[in-house]
Amino acid sequence: MAMTDQAPRFVNRADQKLWFERIPAPWWALAVVLVFLPVVANSFWLFQVMGWTFILGMIGLSLMFLAGYGGMVSLLQMTVAGVAGYMVAILGTSGTVTVSLGLVWWIVIPAAFLIAALFATISGALAVRTEGIYTIMITLAIAAAFFYFTRQNYTIFNGYSGFNLVLPPQLFGVNWREPVPFYYLSLVLAALSYGAVVYVSRSPFGLALQGVRDNPRRMAALGFNVTAHRVAAYALASVFASAGGILLVWQNAQIAPGTIGMSAAIDVLVVAVVGGMRRPLGPFIGAFIYVLLQVFSPDILGFFGFSAERFKLIIGLGFLAVVLFSPDGVLGLWDRWRARRRQQGGQAGGGVA
Amino acid sequence: MNAPVTPPRPVALGQSHVSAGNALELRGITKMFGALAAISDVTLSVRPGERRAVLGSNGAGKTTLFNCITGDFLPTTGLIRFFGEDVTTFPPHERIRRGLRRTYQISSLFAGLSVIDNVYLACRGVSRNRFSLIRPRRDDALVHAAETLVEAVHLTAEKDRLVGELAYGQQRQLEIALALSGAPRFILFDEPAAGLSPTERRDLVSILTTLPTHIGYIIIEHDMDVALRVVESVTMMHNGRIFKEGRPEEIEDDPEVQELYLGGGHE
Repeated sequence: MAMTDQAPRFVNRADQKLWFERIPAPWWALAVVLVFLPVVANSFWLFQVMGWTFILGMIGLSLMFLAGYGGMVSLLQMTVAGVAGYMVAILGTSGTVTVSLGLVWWIVIPAAFLIAALFATISGALAVRTEGIYTIMITLAIAAAFFYFTRQNYTIFNGYSGFNLVLPPQLFGVNWREPVPFYYLSLVLAALSYGAVVYVSRSPFGLALQGVRDNPRRMAALGFNVTAHRVAAYALASVFASAGGILLVWQNAQIAPGTIGMSAAIDVLVVAVVGGMRRPLGPFIGAFIYVLLQVFSPDILGFFGFSAERFKLIIGLGFLAVVLFSPDGVLGLWDRWRARRRQQGGQAGGGVA
Repeated sequence: MNAPVTPPRPVALGQSHVSAGNALELRGITKMFGALAAISDVTLSVRPGERRAVLGSNGAGKTTLFNCITGDFLPTTGLIRFFGEDVTTFPPHERIRRGLRRTYQISSLFAGLSVIDNVYLACRGVSRNRFSLIRPRRDDALVHAAETLVEAVHLTAEKDRLVGELAYGQQRQLEIALALSGAPRFILFDEPAAGLSPTERRDLVSILTTLPTHIGYIIIEHDMDVALRVVESVTMMHNGRIFKEGRPEEIEDDPEVQELYLGGGHE
């Protein structure tokens, strides 16, 4: 068994590359575009379009993590984001001085994450004993209950009007609500969330979650506590939703029951499904498409003489088309197009290097 | 349950009256589905390292028996001891962590994951840090254990393929690899030879007969050529009850067994 005189069969050469060599070129291109975007883009694009895309993408990512890896379609993720957002307004400073406690940011932000995680864990514990449509129903019920609660409760949630003038802390002397700082803040948080999900998907917890998705009964027969794994997934997903929720409050400078209403909860599902639930990139692509439609469809609709309110119709039709033609979203379309092109390329000129 | 039916007393095998020394001990297990008793009053003891076949026609209650042992179903009445410990009400994962394993009649794998990931999960399920968010390193002991198991069932060439793309026989082999993960003390094989080619059956027999001797198992198998070659004792079931116990050659020659089982169901 001399190791030297035969080629090592199972050593993949790609494994020996340094980490940055393993990242394919298109990703580098995307990174360069995103980092240098503020050089060319105006503040409307940076703050409204891209900022909102990253926020919606992160909340969609938390759904993708639960649904794509865990097989649990939760309509609760916007609510989790809302809990974190409300906590920032309630514990920190806002225009509603009678309610807001005005604590310092380094207490407020961790507390917002913790309380949202607690909320997600308890809700998850209720939801994980159900499957399929019943998971959707129970998470929708919790989302609806929280929505009506915030609308009717004035002592904590300030009822219908919610909170305004909720601003990010002036950390390092930067106004984080200026378009460029906000763009970079949301870009960094979105990239971190994306990286975290990609990394965790190959960790024991992430693999086990995918095992639970494929075959929960067998997971129990391998020694896994399936219920505990599902609940833990809700807790972990809450981190990405909370980050999105806190950014959302800062971007709008306000939060009200409307932020976390039923239509917002369903928008998160639309974003994840349109982009593709199978990969963490999907929700960001879905969010980008959603935001572009939301922002520009009034102009286009107005051009054809329709009311701007009809943009939901376009989104609805787009959603229907994606569900009908590509159940794994825009990313699924892209994958199939690439596979076909590779096949055709292979047939046309097999010898081309 | 008003008319007391006397169950046929099983033939005592080994030291079935000694409770502490048994790998698996079932006492009076009954599982009702509504008014239907899938198994009734099953009492069975298996010594550590003992290999036993459970035979019987379809609907005899063999798989229900397995489901009761692993905890997929809780028995309606009765007691289950695993290496002396009362596990009757334990959830499945707690029994698996104590060294019980099973394979499924219909391949029950993770179709969306690769071969190596399937086996890695099986190894991880019976060790610590099941909730770890840290990726395993290349030299991780469990990754290595998973690779060894993949090799043991001759699937090294397929280790990075998605399980959903594997051929049927390969999926059956993978089932066995999952059951061998960690430190199994006792394995339940549910028709491992079903759907296998003659060559694959020979491989299966060699895998079963070369298992470490301390690992006992119960095998449900319709193929007598496989079943009787890999066990030292046989339990016959009929209509949810134990009907006869004995050594393979005794069972093979028993006229009642031949009439009930070999005559009817066997090809």
